[in-house]
Amino acid sequence: MSERAGVEVRLENLVRRYGTVTALDGLSLTIAPGELVALLGPSGCGKTTALRLLAGLEQSDEGRVIVAGEDVTDLPANKRNIGMVFQAYSLFPHMVAWENVAFGLQMRHVGAAERKKRALDMLELVGLGSHANRYANQMSGGQQQRVALARALAIHPQVLLLDEPLSALDAKVRSRLRDEIRRVQLEVGITTLFVTHDQEEALAIADRVGVMQAGKLEQLGPPTTVYSRPATPFVADFVGLTNRLAGNVKNGVVEVRGTQIPLVQPDVADGPATALVRPEAVTLVGNGDSAGGPLVGTVIAVAFLGAVSRVTVDLGDTTVLAQLPTADAGNHPAGSKVRLALRPDPVLIDRHD
Amino acid sequence: MLGGRRFSLDWVGTLPFFAYVFLFLILPSGIVAVGAFFDAGNSFTLINFAHLSRSFLVKVTVDTVAVSAITAVLGAILGALLAYAIATGNPNGVLRRLLVSASGVLAQFGGVTLAFAFIASIGPAGIVYLFFQAHGLDYYSREIWLFTLKGVDVVYLYFQIPLMVLVFLPALDGIKPQWREATESLGGGTWHYWRHVAGPILFPAFLGGVLLLFANAFSAYATVNALINQGAPMLSQQISNALSSEVGASEPGFAKVIAVEMIIIVTLVTVLYTLLQRRTARWL
Amino acid sequence: MAVARRGVHRTRWIKLQVFRYVTFALAGIFFLVPLLSMVEFSTRANSGGGRTLDFWKAIFTYPELIDWNFGPAPDASVNASLELALVTSVAMLVLLVPTMVWVRLKLRRLTRVLEFICLLPLTIPAIVLVVGLFPMYVWLGTNVSDSILTLGFAYVVLVLPYCYRALDAGLGAIDVKTLSEAARSLGASWFSVMWRVIVPNISNAILNALLLSVALVLGEYTVANNLLYNNLQVELVHLQRTSAGTSIAVAVASLLFAFVLLMILAFIGGRGRREFREEAVTKLGTGPVLGSAG
Repeated sequence: MSERAGVEVRLENLVRRYGTVTALDGLSLTIAPGELVALLGPSGCGKTTALRLLAGLEQSDEGRVIVAGEDVTDLPANKRNIGMVFQAYSLFPHMVAWENVAFGLQMRHVGAAERKKRALDMLELVGLGSHANRYANQMSGGQQQRVALARALAIHPQVLLLDEPLSALDAKVRSRLRDEIRRVQLEVGITTLFVTHDQEEALAIADRVGVMQAGKLEQLGPPTTVYSRPATPFVADFVGLTNRLAGNVKNGVVEVRGTQIPLVQPDVADGPATALVRPEAVTLVGNGDSAGGPLVGTVIAVAFLGAVSRVTVDLGDTTVLAQLPTADAGNHPAGSKVRLALRPDPVLIDRHD
Repeated sequence: MLGGRRFSLDWVGTLPFFAYVFLFLILPSGIVAVGAFFDAGNSFTLINFAHLSRSFLVKVTVDTVAVSAITAVLGAILGALLAYAIATGNPNGVLRRLLVSASGVLAQFGGVTLAFAFIASIGPAGIVYLFFQAHGLDYYSREIWLFTLKGVDVVYLYFQIPLMVLVFLPALDGIKPQWREATESLGGGTWHYWRHVAGPILFPAFLGGVLLLFANAFSAYATVNALINQGAPMLSQQISNALSSEVGASEPGFAKVIAVEMIIIVTLVTVLYTLLQRRTARWL
Repeated sequence: MAVARRGVHRTRWIKLQVFRYVTFALAGIFFLVPLLSMVEFSTRANSGGGRTLDFWKAIFTYPELIDWNFGPAPDASVNASLELALVTSVAMLVLLVPTMVWVRLKLRRLTRVLEFICLLPLTIPAIVLVVGLFPMYVWLGTNVSDSILTLGFAYVVLVLPYCYRALDAGLGAIDVKTLSEAARSLGASWFSVMWRVIVPNISNAILNALLLSVALVLGEYTVANNLLYNNLQVELVHLQRTSAGTSIAVAVASLLFAFVLLMILAFIGGRGRREFREEAVTKLGTGPVLGSAG
């Protein structure tokens, strides 16, 4: 249904300061046509600021914003052709759903009959055709956000911006709506910037994830890369869970409790370091028999998460999280003795603690 | 719940209150409402209502409606602007608290002291007038308008504007910043925002304010009586005259019927106001 | 602070601030000048310019205004108004507090009725009410007493809406049912429950209600004038014809007094979040759709 190919978006060296606080410290990012990039990070990292600068709701102190080859940095928000979905409260309360969706078209002087038709089509696209005549306060949070999405897309913008659109919703609604947004985005083929603090969301729908901290982009890459090959300890900590195990680096390999594990970045100096090991790289085998792994410990707790379970093991001097299929976790209830092995997946090390 | 086997005497505890209220609120109101239908000979009649069409009374009614309408609309506009200036500031700041408290005080401020305040400032012996006169501008050269209905218009604004601030401020607070941003992201500028979004949302509250201010001015008595003590140009003063003058004694229904006229008009406006509030509650 | 290329948003912000401060300045002038002029007028020396406190001192030379005897049938209007304020406040509290507590405890279904009745005086203009009160007061004057203090009966009705709201807010903030049940189970009589348990816990609301009724009584004109009594405000109008300066001095004094009362209310009555405080002030201000002071 792609009526148009998406456009390229470039953020060049954006800086934004509020008094003495630097919210954005030279952010540079290129979004390919039709791509969905998720900006992920804790509150205050600058991700929302970046989005608002792209939207034109705020002006940068330095840097440029380029959409489809055109420098829009000095253009006010209402002259940029962008569609934006806010976190909450953005539907106009005095208009029913289709009137909300048609609003952008009204601003562009589309005729009344035409814009009603296009609004209704848009509502169909997000699955709310039957709710066209409802007011915002007659709809659930998830439905409101879908109307907001329809409204943003109705004007056929060049870029779609989503500012934590799922944060105000219930967990169950969140995952369904997340997939819905991705489906619509792919169908329309629009270049999209999605801001969130929920790493599961970012990893699930993005083509590339940009992890931010303190106004800077720590890593930008496909979800699998960001997850399995974190570029910095912050990324490793923020995305997914991490075990911190003491080890020793020698010749580009870190030795942790008897296991040699390759490094993500092999050329570091020898010496002691903390290895950041993912829970799924920790395997549990039997109890006590020496044919198992090199580490011995006692299971403290088992957290059942559906398909997988997370087992917390006390090694005596530290605790370790292991993640395994629930069927296997059943063999190791709380209190039992276990042996652990570490899979040699490449890990990141941290020398700062 | 209540009922069951024992007959509850709990309601007796409220007897003093209801008896009191009956005596001093319901009864007088009843006297007014019912008395309008009786003449001096205590026989039922509708003739009192005919008195309402006496030309001087018609003029007074029209004048009162005019003054109320003018001060309501003007007060609403100026009050809305002032409320906007307050609402766009720091919601927890000292300035806001001060201004809201001041509005609460000034909305109550009326009557004799208010009239005096204006007499002391822009009146013929007032400092403002003397100042202008000394500099060549005599604004009372044609008539001393302070003591006419024109003056009443100005003086009434003094409590109408703060009243509007109090009524309108909550509506302004309810405007979410996301609506402005959404409008902008959809291509609308300032004018579009006010014309299509903020304006329609605020209009019911604004209209409600106008109605409230109208009722307030319509039933006011003390202020105008302190300013104009000859001729009774406002309806409330007519009631007062009818009550205490010779005319009242021989036509006891007269004061009551004017009172009934007043209460009908005020109730109408109050009902409209309530309906408007319900309508806004529908989507906010 | 770095000079930002703020563009549209900075100009909009600047325009807004200009609008705000111009509005505040104009409003300030409109609202303050009359008040300050009263002070000026009442201290104006007739010959040669300069200030004098003669008008203020003269207040004490008018027996219709002040005398030092407070009694059950005061002639001096300041005395009368102060006594009326006291009488009205006490009567209001005695009437309202037990009734409201009782309804909360035993007769919840009457809450709506109580509220309606208490807010009714807001919709009936004082000038209308006084027409119905007139024959009653004629009877009262000849058969019971013609003391000005009988105005208290009418005044309690006038202050009902404001005091009801203030007390309702206070009672709503404490769990009346649990407190009274606990007290009763420990052997307290109903009087003790009211006086020793409930009242101390709504002291703030009671203070509010008191301040509101005092302010209203001191500023009341309509009912007093039409029932032919000389309270403070009525007397001020008479005095204006003989000595404008003194009457305005008294007006300033009464204004300051009421203003201080209401400011106390706005800042300490309704402890807690700004919204609740503001709501209290807003409700109090929007009360007089038909205020008797207006």
